[in-house]
Amino acid sequence: MHTTHDDNPITKERRDRFLKRQSIIEMRARQRAQAILDPGSFRELLGPFDRMESPWLPLEGIVPESDDGVIVARGQLGGRPAVIMAIEGAFQGGGMGEVSASKIAGALGLARRDCESGKPILPVLLLETGGVRLQEANLGEAVVAEIHAEIIALRRKVPVIGVINGMVGCFGGMSITAGLCSYLVVLPQARLELNGPEVIEQEAGIDEFDASDKHLIWSLMGGEQRYETGFADALIEDDVSALRQTLQSLAARGVPTRHRSENVDEYRRRLAKIDPAAPPDGPGLRRIWPRGEMQ
Amino acid sequence: MSSTTQVSSRGRTWFQALADKAQSVNTGLGSIVVADATWGGERVRLLAIVPDPQNRFPRARHGELGLEEGWTLAHHVREAISADRSGTKRPIIAIVDVQSQAYGRIESLLGIHLSLAAAADAYATARMAGHPVVALIVGTALSGGLLAHGDQAHRLLALDDLQVVIQAMRKQSAARVTRRTVEELDELGKTIIPMAYDIRQFAKLGLLHELITGVDADAPSAAQIARVKERLAAAIADIRKNPGDLTSRLNNPDAKVHRAASIEVRRRLAEQWEV
Repeated sequence: MHTTHDDNPITKERRDRFLKRQSIIEMRARQRAQAILDPGSFRELLGPFDRMESPWLPLEGIVPESDDGVIVARGQLGGRPAVIMAIEGAFQGGGMGEVSASKIAGALGLARRDCESGKPILPVLLLETGGVRLQEANLGEAVVAEIHAEIIALRRKVPVIGVINGMVGCFGGMSITAGLCSYLVVLPQARLELNGPEVIEQEAGIDEFDASDKHLIWSLMGGEQRYETGFADALIEDDVSALRQTLQSLAARGVPTRHRSENVDEYRRRLAKIDPAAPPDGPGLRRIWPRGEMQ
Repeated sequence: MSSTTQVSSRGRTWFQALADKAQSVNTGLGSIVVADATWGGERVRLLAIVPDPQNRFPRARHGELGLEEGWTLAHHVREAISADRSGTKRPIIAIVDVQSQAYGRIESLLGIHLSLAAAADAYATARMAGHPVVALIVGTALSGGLLAHGDQAHRLLALDDLQVVIQAMRKQSAARVTRRTVEELDELGKTIIPMAYDIRQFAKLGLLHELITGVDADAPSAAQIARVKERLAAAIADIRKNPGDLTSRLNNPDAKVHRAASIEVRRRLAEQWEV
């Protein structure tokens, strides 16, 4: 499902399509949820007027936000029930605190309850996040573990779809979340990695990883690289209707026979063939782990 | 996997103590040790991460959770699930002493996030399949380490010891990311419980099933080992009586005080779920 590249010269058709595009990246999380859901169907849960704020940030001299940076919205996608859990990358780098992560874990749990009682609902996560919010550290991490537990239980009933749009990317404990999703959609502007570039540089030294080397970063963890090497299922352009279509066609595939994180034997075989003394680079990995080759 | 170069670590100490001479399962890695111990006639699977100076991935030589470590844990947890499909579900015990995940270029490229996801997935799958799953934290549980190896357990137990440290990120890196100094982080940890690095503060969050006191974590006596085993067996019995999911971490007196927001969010979401 690759709709980004087009080697044709600029034609009228291409220009018109570009002008009609509605950018996902330029939206805030709430607008994204509104744009994904069918018009008029958006209903936010625990919205800003419910004032569920982080109890911890004010103790550290940081101004909280009334939605704690996560939008939970119910509605319809293509006429079917859906719940969108959208992380706002512009608030604390999309870091998961006690409240924001609990909103996601709680919504996933309720979606599971619905699916188990014969009321299917499609869960979609918009993962725009640096990972655990370090200002809430252990509690953020504890609730991220609850998110993982909920996804692993829920995805048996219904595909759980993750989207990484960019520009923040998806890092830390939430990259594990992305790895647990049934299907993962990325934009070329997305990055997906457990370890943020700055942290790798801090922990392993600048010879191992120069966090200012943008080319290196994108060649390892950029959206296109992740898609081409099988860590994501769809690469789409920055356009709402492309995303809506992709979500619906992935949902129509149903629950995969084997989730990516269950593909233990295949990944062990693949890693066994890697020589860490002569490791591949980004383009090299695309040749040896091409997408669609998963057993 | 040569035993002559075995580096001691708390993970290894407790693995050996709890395995009690049980034959180790061959994991193909020097950094992951697995054994099926027999406790009171019952088979119990133990898994731990240990330092391996010969690890072929250089960034995973000090007890880090690297690419192969995550997938290998997943394999050995799933092996127990398949083997016990139609029989008694053996308890699975993750012995936690994890430096961190492995940080490096090759780890990024080859998807260490998925390797950790696979381990978390396997433990959660074992939990849902009816295996009692317990994590025993004996040393450091930093960064992604606990998310992959421990957090999906039914119950978390920890030794009450100064070197038992649970945190989302090592201090130096957390300081860099949050634009603070290490001293400022230490200061915050004194008053803000989730920011603390020591296990007694962590215990206040209601996430621990039990904090085991009076044990020498580096050189436990036979009596201390017996007591830890007994506490683990009690946790296993408790799980068999009342398995559930991770919600026991929310339904306890400590959580009611220090995780009031978590509880409130779930309550109000449920209220608003239907129109």
